[in-house]
Amino acid sequence: MPSPSTMFDKIWRRHVITAEQDETLLYVARCLIHEGSRHTFDRMEEEGRTAAEPDKVFAFSDHYVPTTNQAKGLSAIGDPKIRNMIELLTEHCRTYGIRHFNMGDSDQGILHVAGPEQGISIPGIVLVGADSHTATHGAFGNLSFGAGASEIYHIIVTQTLWQRKPKSMRIRVDHRLPFGVAAKDVILAIIAKIGHGGAAGHVVEYTGEALSAMSMEQRMTVCNMSIEAGGRAGMVAPDDKTFAYLHGRPYAPKEAAWDRALAHWKTLPSDNEAKFDTDVTLDAAEIAPMVTWGINPEHALPITGRVPSPDGARDAATKMEITNALDYMELKPGTALDDIAIDRVFIGSCTNGRIEDLRAAAEVAKLGKAKIPAWIVPGSATVKRNAEAEGLDRIFTAAGFEWRDPGCSLCTAINGDMLRPGERCASTSNRNFKGRQGLGGRTHLVSPAMAAAAAITGKLTDVRTLAKGA
Amino acid sequence: MQPFTTLTAPAAPFDQANIDTNQLCPTRFNKVPIGDPEYPKILFHDQRFNPDGSEKPEFVLNKPSYRKAQIIVADRNWGGGSSRESAVYALMAFGIRAVIASSFGDIHRNNCLKNGVLPIILPNETCAALRRQIHERQGASISIDLAQQTVTAPDGTVHRFDIAPVPKRCLLEGLDDVGRTEQFRGEIGAFRDRYRQELPFQATPGAH
Repeated sequence: MPSPSTMFDKIWRRHVITAEQDETLLYVARCLIHEGSRHTFDRMEEEGRTAAEPDKVFAFSDHYVPTTNQAKGLSAIGDPKIRNMIELLTEHCRTYGIRHFNMGDSDQGILHVAGPEQGISIPGIVLVGADSHTATHGAFGNLSFGAGASEIYHIIVTQTLWQRKPKSMRIRVDHRLPFGVAAKDVILAIIAKIGHGGAAGHVVEYTGEALSAMSMEQRMTVCNMSIEAGGRAGMVAPDDKTFAYLHGRPYAPKEAAWDRALAHWKTLPSDNEAKFDTDVTLDAAEIAPMVTWGINPEHALPITGRVPSPDGARDAATKMEITNALDYMELKPGTALDDIAIDRVFIGSCTNGRIEDLRAAAEVAKLGKAKIPAWIVPGSATVKRNAEAEGLDRIFTAAGFEWRDPGCSLCTAINGDMLRPGERCASTSNRNFKGRQGLGGRTHLVSPAMAAAAAITGKLTDVRTLAKGA
Repeated sequence: MQPFTTLTAPAAPFDQANIDTNQLCPTRFNKVPIGDPEYPKILFHDQRFNPDGSEKPEFVLNKPSYRKAQIIVADRNWGGGSSRESAVYALMAFGIRAVIASSFGDIHRNNCLKNGVLPIILPNETCAALRRQIHERQGASISIDLAQQTVTAPDGTVHRFDIAPVPKRCLLEGLDDVGRTEQFRGEIGAFRDRYRQELPFQATPGAH
């Protein structure tokens, strides 16, 4: 009788090629890249390398694409340095034979939105992406993690990667989400509990009734922000929802291969008696809509809370961090979070740019009119098309929201979309770091429904109260 | 990769926890090619410089005694966030060869190791004590001996640190990974064949 294994162990073992002392050479079944992978290709050119298995590498134009007038093509991008990044990726993909989901293609999108839509993110595999939010794909029951340019270079050249085996952490969320509480609130509550580095060195498996009850879109939101808890990867056991989502997608297995895949994938979930290095438990019933008040994602509190005081900090470094955070965010200790006025709203990103996110925001948008500029940026061309087919775009535009083209946009703020210095944004993205959305910009991370509520009231707002008043 | 053996150099203190890679390299600099003359100015750009390009004199790396720092002593969770390797290129372009902290973002730590920048994990109290010393004696040097796995504080106290054997050897010898991997070409080929045979539905995207 083999000893009980975690899902992480089972997937890891299937991908071990060899080991050298503390390091294991892993086979990488899929690799995802984007325009930012230029340093990887610069090095490939410099060293005269080719791609080992280019059919397992997928490229996405997402970080640098504009979110208006995409139909006008590359030549409409004003900044030559931004345009150059998309042109470089296009050229490199052509040179190395890599499938490229490019701007203007009907299946283009953010790598963590379009990748799953294409069925690239299947259970059981090791998937590495040139982006820290690659943990998103673990929602399908695989081992997905982000890597820097040197490791991506190694993968493209050899289709393998040296790794030290991370530890395992199980985060169980009991019970179902209460009214008005979203997957985003769950992951923000987890990060607030364990800290920005709380899962460092660990692969996290999310379990419990709340996760089982979630759709694939919601699971992706949770896994996406594993990195904001410091986690190497996040994963959820595959189940019928996973299989139903994947069936028939372009890069998912088909016909006989699908049947064989299902048989294997059903063996992946962690064994009942499997031991994790760390266990964390939360009760979904106790989670409220969350907002961040500071400059990293652990600075999160329920919307019913108040801005904390540095005096309550547990140590000198934390006290300094809170003082800096409040200074940067221009907030006073004790301010009620729902009294904070907002200048702009951003709904989109690899965290919350999927169809269900837009549906949740649209439900709230129906309750009023946007008082402040509010952008909706779909995560992919497919999300945009589907939302338009459902009429979501018309709900948003009728409520005064701006309906834009797909891309990373204001989450990473390198395509020209950015906050002005001092602007305060309620954002469905994943990072509230200093200057992340533009030099001097201030970010409050929230769920799509909470972001839409802020648009309507012009301040951070408890969406539960707004919805009940309707 | 530039080897790392020993280093005795001035160290700069970063007292705040959770310094993310967005601070090390603001996103708009990700597109700058390595070796560009702009690179030495990227590290902590938005905290080091005013919008008009002038220096902010209060920022630690702008203080005369820390300008030549080759070592950073930080707090917990240094380099969390984005996987951008440009954060490491920015450290290197400034001249930083080692960072001492009580914990690191995993991806950033790997990126450091792949580029010859040594990430050293020491207990939080030790990091705090080292920072106190380099605050009190600005410009004081710290010595690092990778082979011996030691950090010597300005006051002469020696602290031992852990590092796994493979990254240690790669740093000491300046080995790059692809060269090391190519020794296993046979194993990789055999693995690939087995993977295709046992898990064909995973081996080929869109398999039938």
